[in-house]
Amino acid sequence: MIRYIYGNDLHTFPKLARTMFLDRADQFKTRLGWAVTVDDKGFERDEYDTENPLYVIWENADGSHGGSMRLLPTIGRTMVNDHFIHLTDGVRIESPLIWECTRFCLSRSATPGVAAALMLAGGEVMQEFGVEHYVGVFDARMVRIYKRIGSSPEILGQEGEGRSMIAVGLWEFTAEAQAKVSKAAGISPELSKRWFERSFGDIIDEAGLVAA
Amino acid sequence: MGFLRNAPRLDTLIERLESADGLDDLQGLIEELRDEYGVDHIIYHWVNGAGEQYGCGTYDLEWVNRYIEKGYLRIDPVIQGCYQRFHPVNWKRLDWSSKSARAFLEDAIAHGIGNQGYSIPIRGPNGQFALFTLSHNGNDDDWEQFTTENRRDLILMAHYFNSRALEFEPGRAPDPAQSLSPREVEAMTLLAIGYNRAQAADTLSISEHTLRVYVESARHKLGALNTTHAVARALSRGVIVI
Repeated sequence: MIRYIYGNDLHTFPKLARTMFLDRADQFKTRLGWAVTVDDKGFERDEYDTENPLYVIWENADGSHGGSMRLLPTIGRTMVNDHFIHLTDGVRIESPLIWECTRFCLSRSATPGVAAALMLAGGEVMQEFGVEHYVGVFDARMVRIYKRIGSSPEILGQEGEGRSMIAVGLWEFTAEAQAKVSKAAGISPELSKRWFERSFGDIIDEAGLVAA
Repeated sequence: MGFLRNAPRLDTLIERLESADGLDDLQGLIEELRDEYGVDHIIYHWVNGAGEQYGCGTYDLEWVNRYIEKGYLRIDPVIQGCYQRFHPVNWKRLDWSSKSARAFLEDAIAHGIGNQGYSIPIRGPNGQFALFTLSHNGNDDDWEQFTTENRRDLILMAHYFNSRALEFEPGRAPDPAQSLSPREVEAMTLLAIGYNRAQAADTLSISEHTLRVYVESARHKLGALNTTHAVARALSRGVIVI
């Protein structure tokens, strides 16, 4: 299932958090060879993890991490504006209606539906919170994955060739795209909504509230 | 449920927000905004990194004092659910299950706050945190519809109130004017001379999506509500020249 967890609440899901940071080390350092920092616990964490981001995480049946991504508002500090502004024509992308999505990670054992489930959850966030676009940094390997789940980003700028290609991309979500991703994920819109409500709360009618 | 209109005249309000001279002006403007939307209350409240607080809004002073006196800050689910976060919240989604939260809610309703609320948290620089809230008395479906239909404008207004209030913070160095990058200036200039998005994107050799994001960033930096408004502002400020 998908969980939406702010950084300061990660401690309430210790196994999920621990395995997420381990899987990030495995993906970004071991497999991709990015120059990321891995601490003595084996966790890959960076300066943006201290900005209390909203993590969208696929939780396996045993409570461990299957895949995740990290969301931050672009009116605060973002990786795209701090480090990749040369790929956006020098434009600081900044708006309450645009969020940054980074550290898209899949564990080695992730089933094919996990990536699509994460994108579906990203769409849920957009729809519920009035987010119109995501910007994010991604690498060559992700191009194929995004394409497969029917959620290819628009490339704002890129550098490097072949496997070392890195790009700043832009996502928006139309209802059609959402339906396509839902199908690829094998998750009905109703189920996706239910997971969202588990994290962010359901609308409880006031009779229930006051009388409870 | 008595909402006056769904698309209030926000552009003139934003212009006046821009020329506000101090926090007193913000109080007048928030009352007008409340009247424009036809909701019972709108509140803007901030806390900075040093723990200093400031607020303006339409709640009765009696309720504000009672809130402080009773220490409601510690049990208010809206504060718990918004602090250090950045997504807008319908109050009904918050956790009101504790006895103290329910007692607080009953007290709030008794003081005319209303049974509905929508809060937009804002994270500012250096640990500044602000909350922009609308509250109202009405039913769930109407409130959900109202907040969904007006969400975009409400988020933008919340951020404009905050950036204005930040400028009034004592001892704060004025923000270096949010300048547009050359690419944003080019995009805005083409729109100002009447190019449509496709033509402007084509001229700049970028996709229409990319153009949209550049224009959206420029809109935010210009403190405008929409593209037309942003072009007008860029022209009137001499950011672009045609």
